[in-house]
Amino acid sequence: MAVIHDVIPAFELFQPTTVDDALALQSRHGAKAWVLAGGLDSFDWFKDRIKRPEVVIDLSQIKELRGIRAVGDGLEIGAMTTLTEVVRHPMVREKYSILPNAAEAAASPQIRNQGTIGGNVSQDARCWYYRGGWPCYRAGGNICYADTPTGLNREHAILDADRCVAVNPSDTAPALIALDAKMVIRTPKGERVVNAEDYFIGPAIDITRMTILQPGDLLTTIRIPSTWAGSQFYFEKARDRSVWDFALVNVAAAVVTSGNAIERIRLVVNGVAAHPVRLTAVEAAVQGKPRNAETAELAGQLAVRGAQPLQYNGYKVPLMRNLVKRAIRGVGAEEAA
Amino acid sequence: MNLIEWAQNPWGQQIPIHIGWSLLWVSAIGGLLFLIAHAIYVRYWAKAVTAHSGAPAATAGVGVQVPERVARHSLGSRLFHLIMAIAMLALLVTAFLPKVGVKFAWVTYHWIAGIVLTISVIYHIFHASFWLDFWSIWPDKEDVEDASRRFKRALGQSAPPPRKFAKYPLENKLYHLVVMLAGLTAIGTGLFMMKRVQTPFFTRNPYLFGDMTWGWMYVLHGLAGIGFVALVTVHIYFAIRPEKLFLTKAMIFGWITREQYLEHHDPARWPIKEPPSEAGQSKSKSVPA
Repeated sequence: MAVIHDVIPAFELFQPTTVDDALALQSRHGAKAWVLAGGLDSFDWFKDRIKRPEVVIDLSQIKELRGIRAVGDGLEIGAMTTLTEVVRHPMVREKYSILPNAAEAAASPQIRNQGTIGGNVSQDARCWYYRGGWPCYRAGGNICYADTPTGLNREHAILDADRCVAVNPSDTAPALIALDAKMVIRTPKGERVVNAEDYFIGPAIDITRMTILQPGDLLTTIRIPSTWAGSQFYFEKARDRSVWDFALVNVAAAVVTSGNAIERIRLVVNGVAAHPVRLTAVEAAVQGKPRNAETAELAGQLAVRGAQPLQYNGYKVPLMRNLVKRAIRGVGAEEAA
Repeated sequence: MNLIEWAQNPWGQQIPIHIGWSLLWVSAIGGLLFLIAHAIYVRYWAKAVTAHSGAPAATAGVGVQVPERVARHSLGSRLFHLIMAIAMLALLVTAFLPKVGVKFAWVTYHWIAGIVLTISVIYHIFHASFWLDFWSIWPDKEDVEDASRRFKRALGQSAPPPRKFAKYPLENKLYHLVVMLAGLTAIGTGLFMMKRVQTPFFTRNPYLFGDMTWGWMYVLHGLAGIGFVALVTVHIYFAIRPEKLFLTKAMIFGWITREQYLEHHDPARWPIKEPPSEAGQSKSKSVPA
């Protein structure tokens, strides 16, 4: 394992006050630059000496990246808004309660005070082989140490693995996809808006990245449309330690019902693949069906179709199946289960 | 620029993990420079150097026995070449587009193309060994002598003019040799590398070899791959050169004309084995050679 040091290697620190300045710095320093949001992911890398950037661009002084604003069609959340601010914001709690529920499930209160929503969705994989600095696929090498007969892969992927079996650790990511959020990215060529579900990429597309952000790009804003405001939401996170842990599997659902029938639904799980997985086949299958135990059973069975567990993570298949069932059954499912 | 990327494995060993991907540009630029150099050479020097020896002596009396169309490549050979070319282009596209920034799920397409290439090459080995003139593609003594004559003439020294070619010119034979070496390297290493990814054929086993052996296997696979960037570039260049178009056409239709045969090839070195049975047929039907 990597040796933990008390201090981090020296780097040149820049603290721009505008997005334009941050982009200019990224452009000037290229691959030598590291963009720092809340620092919860970054400082782990730095202290372990696995990443040694020459230049760090700290976004904390850019006011335009902070805060939550009501816009014509929903909300805009600055990428540097802390998770605590997301959790406490009254409008978010009132109309998009799945997001504060997910944000509140992330880490500890101290970390949520410092961690940002942009950082939470853009954080790197937590596979310990990768974080330990070994030359695995994700680190540019040619092996996945977790996907071997003796690899410790209890927390790893059961879906969409392609050489690398690391998973996406974010709690807010599935909630944002369930809300059909849009990610606003500033690039050297201008602004780009992508659906939240397209923001995340798996190892088949690029084995060294978790998101579509290229060097020089900056996630500035997350837009949440009003499409799913006030829907019936469900978020649940299964983890080893309730007080502070990454998800083994989490599930997020936004449901609009007509009577007891499911009229519209978006259903997303995370912790099972290198990207949050939107279960579109399940959504299609349950649409128009009553929100009851029978539909939930169908959804659960369908959700895990194609799952390929590794040596030690077979438990994730029933865990994911049951979380999806509970999401379909809705609020109160936890007590009923 | 690193030729090879190294890393430290969990056991503290320094191991190669793959080639430096900047070598891709070295290969691409090297291929382009070769084209430019060759085009200049052909434009200004080649004729004086490569003028062939007394064609009339070599071909006297032969012309009347040569059919109008001389079969050069059988249907099997042409289909092999087509399938191999498609597989090779697919391999290069799936291997290197992601390296230059075009991201897509390439691994499955890559190993499928690799399997197609492997099967086509196995077919080619058997086909060429038992149904074609196996030795026609390998450089022989006359090729070496003629190459020496050309080289001397290029340097302005006195040397007899080189003879006409057999079925394949020397550069074609050398190209085949290099492609064979690079191809077998890519195929051999690629088949083992399939043990590292999910396929229907093998159970994954990344510990089949030690890290050092795997590392060198990735390096060899990478070197063969970037080598093919230059080799394919050069091949396409020759295929579209005006003086070589008749050979390209032969790879599509299977034959060359009597005039092309007599102009470029030595019937003594590439004899037509089955002369036409009837004069009338020779005008419209190709004859295996």
